[in-house]
Amino acid sequence: MRLRASQLVLALVLVAAIAFPFAAHALGWDYYVGVMTRVMIYALAATSLNLVLGYGGMISFGHAAFFGVGAYAVAILAQEGVTSAWAAWPIAVAAGAAFALVIGAISLRTRGLYFIMITLAFAQMLYYFFISLKAYGGEDGINLAARSRLPGLDLRDETTFYLLVLALLGGCLYLLGRLAASRFGAVLRGIRENEARMTALGYPTYRYRLVCFTVAGGAAGLAGALIVNQHGFVSPGLLDWTQSGTLLIMLILGGVGWLYGGVAGAAAMLLLEEVLSYWTGYWKLGLGLVLLFVVLRAPGGVGSWFAQGNARG
Amino acid sequence: MNALLLLEQGLNGLQFGLMLFLLAAGLTLVFGIMDMVNLAHGSLYMIGAYLMATFAQATGSFWIALPLAMVATAVIGMALESGLLRKLYERDHLSQVLATFALILIANDLVRMIWGPQALLLDAPQALAGTIEIIPGAPYPAFRAFIIGVGLAVAAALYWMIVHTRVGALVRAGASNREMALSLGVNVKRLFTLVFGLGAALCALAGAMLGPLLAVQIGMGESILIQAFVVVVIGGIGSIRGALVGALLVGMVDTTGRAFLPILLRGFLPNNIADALGPTLAAMAVYILMAAVLYWKPTGLFPARG
Repeated sequence: MRLRASQLVLALVLVAAIAFPFAAHALGWDYYVGVMTRVMIYALAATSLNLVLGYGGMISFGHAAFFGVGAYAVAILAQEGVTSAWAAWPIAVAAGAAFALVIGAISLRTRGLYFIMITLAFAQMLYYFFISLKAYGGEDGINLAARSRLPGLDLRDETTFYLLVLALLGGCLYLLGRLAASRFGAVLRGIRENEARMTALGYPTYRYRLVCFTVAGGAAGLAGALIVNQHGFVSPGLLDWTQSGTLLIMLILGGVGWLYGGVAGAAAMLLLEEVLSYWTGYWKLGLGLVLLFVVLRAPGGVGSWFAQGNARG
Repeated sequence: MNALLLLEQGLNGLQFGLMLFLLAAGLTLVFGIMDMVNLAHGSLYMIGAYLMATFAQATGSFWIALPLAMVATAVIGMALESGLLRKLYERDHLSQVLATFALILIANDLVRMIWGPQALLLDAPQALAGTIEIIPGAPYPAFRAFIIGVGLAVAAALYWMIVHTRVGALVRAGASNREMALSLGVNVKRLFTLVFGLGAALCALAGAMLGPLLAVQIGMGESILIQAFVVVVIGGIGSIRGALVGALLVGMVDTTGRAFLPILLRGFLPNNIADALGPTLAAMAVYILMAAVLYWKPTGLFPARG
């Protein structure tokens, strides 16, 4: 059996990712295990946005809402005494999906710029909702007393948590790849390219787009459940419109519609932030200049430099 | 609840709505004519307010500083347009979002570099420090009344410009069908730069008016930008009339909602629930309004494109 170059690269990246926490621990770089965990969680969130934007062609400017709802679901359940990951995480996924279903059902009636703005409006509504939720911290947010409990695994251990996040990210990427290659994915791409034609062919395009939007909301909810476990804290800031903007930018940076675009973008942006903030207090200036350079010089995202398989390419 | 309070909150709503209109007017034209998502519009508002505070301190006069700040911000806006944003018109909305989001990051850090992280003070002019009585027995801050006057004057001037001048005709042509305007020989490059400069000057005006009421600080552009976008979308992208109606709607709903919703809810809900629900609903009201408008009229109240 001959391996294609891309499969070889993928296998190498996977091996390196699994080996990383052990190597970091041996070298005394434990701090970077946490950094990489955060990168992977944001990669999962950006990947869920990729399903909506890259495959479904819908520019959602409110994706942080589902991310935040998932995080709040876990934190609120923990405060009410439910600390089992088996209970809390699926509920976080269901909450993200449920909100996406309702918001999508209304938003998908609009097109173009109006769709961008209405998803933004719904995310802002939820942002203000959580700000005024005084029972659960209001503006200050709430702390998670301890990480979720998972029988047999100690999630307080950074390496264990890292590997679990890696497994979940890998699983989601695998599912996204299968979804994209399936009949459902083909219909979705058809709708992205020419919705009128797909409607004429008899596909219920609204329903396809809504299912896509809902599934992505659920995946973002899972990422939210992970981020609150990582930080031990959630505040309304997680749903702010600049968070939605950050997720969009990660994805654009990485390559919209490329399976690994979310991963590449999250890694590029968060590591850039890490490096720049080490050198200067004005790291946002540097980040902004890099973003401008990317949009003017590499419109397909960082991924387009490496991958031929960019769907938008 | 009495009539005076209602009147005062109504005037506050009008005042806030008119300031939103100053921001939304430039935004909707850039949106409508150039088909461009400009997230950096809020940064121009911030830069305008900072320049205003600096000039006011240097010259010691609000009135000398105001035109200086407006001209300087317009120049910055036009330089930005011809140097950078012009390259983005032909690109998709996603690239525009990315590039202008990058501009927000850059502008925030540049302002922090130049003026430092602490908020600046901008005082209302001495002559307008007191109160006036529009209706006998109801004192209202003179500066807020002045803001309402300025807002109404700008709205009237813009309306006249759009409806009765040659530039206005070109703007309307551009908003309703850009390709057609292009092929009829409109010098769009100059028109775009001009419109962008006008929008930037209006940003500075809004910054100068709101500076004494709110704080002149980093990030002041972000929250109000979203409200200005809401106004643009409710009104219909590209329509000045829509921006005015949308701005007044949003200003009124936001201000009166915050003042009266909690009181109103107490009428038929237990006090503790009303007190918890009131502020929540008031903060969400503007976005609920926008979602409702888009649900029934997916292209806004006054669509500019025929």
